[in-house]
Amino acid sequence: MLERAEIVRKEYLRHDKKFPHVWCPGCGNGIVMGALLRAIHALELSKDEVVLASGIGCSGRMPTYADFNTIHTTHGRALTFSTGIKLAKPELTVLTVMGDGDSTAIGGNHFIHAARRNLNLTAIIINNSTYGMTGGQYSPTTPFGSISATSVYGHVEHAFSIAELAATAGASFVARSTVYHATHLEEMLKLAIKKRGFSVMEVISNCHVQYGKKNKLGGAVQMINSYKDNAVKVDKAAKMSQEELEGKITIGVLADVDKPVSTEVYRQVVKDAQKKAGKISKETDKNGVKRYEE
Amino acid sequence: MVNKTNTKPTPKPKKGTTATKPSQTKKKEKKLYNVIFFKNWCKSCGICTALCVKQIIKSDETGVPYIDDMDSCTGCRFCEIHCPDFAITIKSRHPERRESNGN
Repeated sequence: MLERAEIVRKEYLRHDKKFPHVWCPGCGNGIVMGALLRAIHALELSKDEVVLASGIGCSGRMPTYADFNTIHTTHGRALTFSTGIKLAKPELTVLTVMGDGDSTAIGGNHFIHAARRNLNLTAIIINNSTYGMTGGQYSPTTPFGSISATSVYGHVEHAFSIAELAATAGASFVARSTVYHATHLEEMLKLAIKKRGFSVMEVISNCHVQYGKKNKLGGAVQMINSYKDNAVKVDKAAKMSQEELEGKITIGVLADVDKPVSTEVYRQVVKDAQKKAGKISKETDKNGVKRYEE
Repeated sequence: MVNKTNTKPTPKPKKGTTATKPSQTKKKEKKLYNVIFFKNWCKSCGICTALCVKQIIKSDETGVPYIDDMDSCTGCRFCEIHCPDFAITIKSRHPERRESNGN
């Protein structure tokens, strides 16, 4: 009998072509990818009905390694490609992997409008607080005062909180986890993929090569262990004051609302309009239902 | 435990062993695991060594992990799910099948 790790490696990875991967030793992207593959395996989705899209950046390498329908798109535009895929083939499960700079800086507008539109997509945002691939420049999630390649005397701007931004923009499901909490991350990913509507999964990851080194946060092990110390579950964080939550990472489900998915609403609008115009026959109705079925 | 001689197939072999050697039966009930490192993919990041609950994963001078005391592994899979390079597989081990299992 194959063990779970072997199933993940042999079934879901392009193991004979692309490995070992290009990510730095100890990079959290591999942990996120492992959790994602285990979540997909647990949900028993077939490989043909899953689409993995990504933008540019370290996280953008992920579709290269996973054996689904994959697309590696332009910088910041992963969600627009995903929207197109979802509109053309609504029956597919579309997962979008982005980095923090990819989703909130270059693709910031696409991100908030995808959340507002509420398509049935899943956005997995790996937040490592920096632009790791290009040399450690500051990104919208770099904390205030921290050192990067473009803020050598300390960063003067304040950071985004991706999960709160998504919840405010209207996402149906928002959750946050870290790479230390790999089992928790897997559970959250399962919920995010199952949720009907736009779901955002923010994963706090480590970039010890660029961000950690410049800010003296130690190597991969120290950074991953710091998430263990700093993480607070949502229900516990609700009882804590603002000062106590300074520097802490709130993990868990941050928002979960039920909203009509825009493809469904659109199908209903088309149906009503056709009825009003009196053009509907039995055949077109059948075709119409099949076309927009999810 | 691996070198233990095979008892004859009796209808209730466990009862007989508990009466004579209680410590050995306790060991026999414990599940055993094999931790397999796929060295071609390992990048010696040290996460498995640091996060191992039992602290049995050691690393050599180049950082490549190895385990001497494989019987202490509890099979929690914490290293497996935290390996960024998909280089660790944990398999359950069945000592009663053959003597050289796990080598």
